[in-house]
Amino acid sequence: MSANPKTGVYRTPLGRARGLGSAKSGVGRFIGERVTAVALLFLVTWGVWSALTLARGGFDGAIHWLGSPVNAVLLLLLAIVGFYHMQIGMTVIIEDYIGKPVTKALLLIANAFVCWGAMALTVVCILKIALMGGGS
Amino acid sequence: MTVASPGARARPLSPHVLQWRWHATMAMSIFTRVTGGAAYVGMFLVGGWALALASGQEAYEAYMNLLGSLPGKVVLFGFTVAIFLHMGGGLRHLLWDLGKGYAKGEATASAWGAMAFAVVASMAVWTIAALTGAL
Repeated sequence: MSANPKTGVYRTPLGRARGLGSAKSGVGRFIGERVTAVALLFLVTWGVWSALTLARGGFDGAIHWLGSPVNAVLLLLLAIVGFYHMQIGMTVIIEDYIGKPVTKALLLIANAFVCWGAMALTVVCILKIALMGGGS
Repeated sequence: MTVASPGARARPLSPHVLQWRWHATMAMSIFTRVTGGAAYVGMFLVGGWALALASGQEAYEAYMNLLGSLPGKVVLFGFTVAIFLHMGGGLRHLLWDLGKGYAKGEATASAWGAMAFAVVASMAVWTIAALTGAL
């Protein structure tokens, strides 16, 4: 097959006849998964290290720790980037294993709800403590 | 399973999915996905921590007692291993995205490296936790 500058050598004749090609979308998610992965390398390492400190500080220690803007911002980023990375990763898993369209759609929606819901709740909890302290 | 039509010539069968001999790259591929799923669940413990802290001292202490119990520690240790295995697997993917590490020897070596990293990092974190009185 000669290389056609418009369709390339990889398009099959049937594919060309049907006019089907790539979905022309999805690269954003691929890149997003990787960018969040790079960010999480640092955020998760910091998070594990912080957990060691928090485990022995008790309630007052944790409130004081989150009162630091640096800790609050890094924990916010960990939550936002982490839950977003989770949504992308679970989307890939669902799309790989679930063939039935309706089941797949429902699981993808549930995945989005769970990840974004947990993200929003975690962000509000962090902000409440960071901005208002531990008094309830 | 489909029944072969009468008179059809016996065709070679591919090995069943469970018949593969385990090897390092295959194991790491599976581990990366499985630990991604485990970390997905574990991340809700982090969200739960923030929720407990925002709910006040009583809720926070109850939550931390739950995490500090033996079953809680087992779950947290599993979460630690899952995070580091997934991190090691993710690092391999980032390496591949750069176009490197595809040679058979390199892929096998990085697979073992990721598994070794997960074991060493998990042990290190929990050793530090024990030494600093975090347990």
